[in-house]
Amino acid sequence: MKARVHVMLKTGVLDPQGEAVRHALGTLGFEGVQGVRQGKVIELDLAETDPAAAEASVKEMCEKLLANTVIESYSVELV
Amino acid sequence: MKAAVVVFPGSNCDRDLAVALKAVGADVTMVWHKDTALPEGLDFVGVPGGFSFGDYLRCGAIAAQSPICRSVVEFANRGGYVFGVCNGFQILTETGLLPGALLRNAGLKYICRTVPLTVQTTDSAFTSGYAKGQEIQIPIAHHDGNYTADAETVARLQGEDRVAFTYGDNPNGSTADIAGILSENRRVLGMMPHPERAADAGHGGTDGAALFRSLFDQMAMA
Repeated sequence: MKARVHVMLKTGVLDPQGEAVRHALGTLGFEGVQGVRQGKVIELDLAETDPAAAEASVKEMCEKLLANTVIESYSVELV
Repeated sequence: MKAAVVVFPGSNCDRDLAVALKAVGADVTMVWHKDTALPEGLDFVGVPGGFSFGDYLRCGAIAAQSPICRSVVEFANRGGYVFGVCNGFQILTETGLLPGALLRNAGLKYICRTVPLTVQTTDSAFTSGYAKGQEIQIPIAHHDGNYTADAETVARLQGEDRVAFTYGDNPNGSTADIAGILSENRRVLGMMPHPERAADAGHGGTDGAALFRSLFDQMAMA
């Protein structure tokens, strides 16, 4: 089973990289991009076959390592 | 003073920190990240600057999970003195020993220059050798030094006199100009600037030396 983890800076935490990307898009002529937030996607290949157990385990991984919950939020998707 | 400096793959200020500690008379042991225990009878642990584990995932995130860091956290929880510089500060926030996090610099650029800092408190073994409000010149060299914490945490740090140093010209966007903070028991200090790079006349400045000297004096008295 595969899991996909999305890690994003929390709302309200300034994202200077996203802001730089937004600015570059404007320079390229893409108008109307009002905001850009940049995050990470982490794909995990798991031996676990039970979806509920896999999700619980990946959430624990997020809390302990994959995300820093002081500044980041995460979501887990099983694929 | 019996000190240890932790070395991770990618540390690059470990020797500088050891030299600054030895210069004030400390007995320094280098400790490898895979070691599970710190040397016996230790007074102090230094977590150096650098790019531990290539800054993969987040700066300091992987180092914070290394075997030695578990011992460093236990050491701090027993009341030991811990000092994290630059990447070391990032590692200490990732372990939870210090609150907040270090984000990418607001200007997105890696900044390497000497900056003015203001000493905000003298109430710690690290800062008792300075005067409150004293301006000192200390180099910074980081890409992710933008200190961030929620408003409640920042208010608590300020209210409990736990902001050790602030920037004079805030080079990286840090909340409330914060350059370094203390733990609740005032025995853990994390800071982005490098006092160990301003500890010898050959460095071009010696404003960092007082930190190591006061630390050593405090240990000698204990």
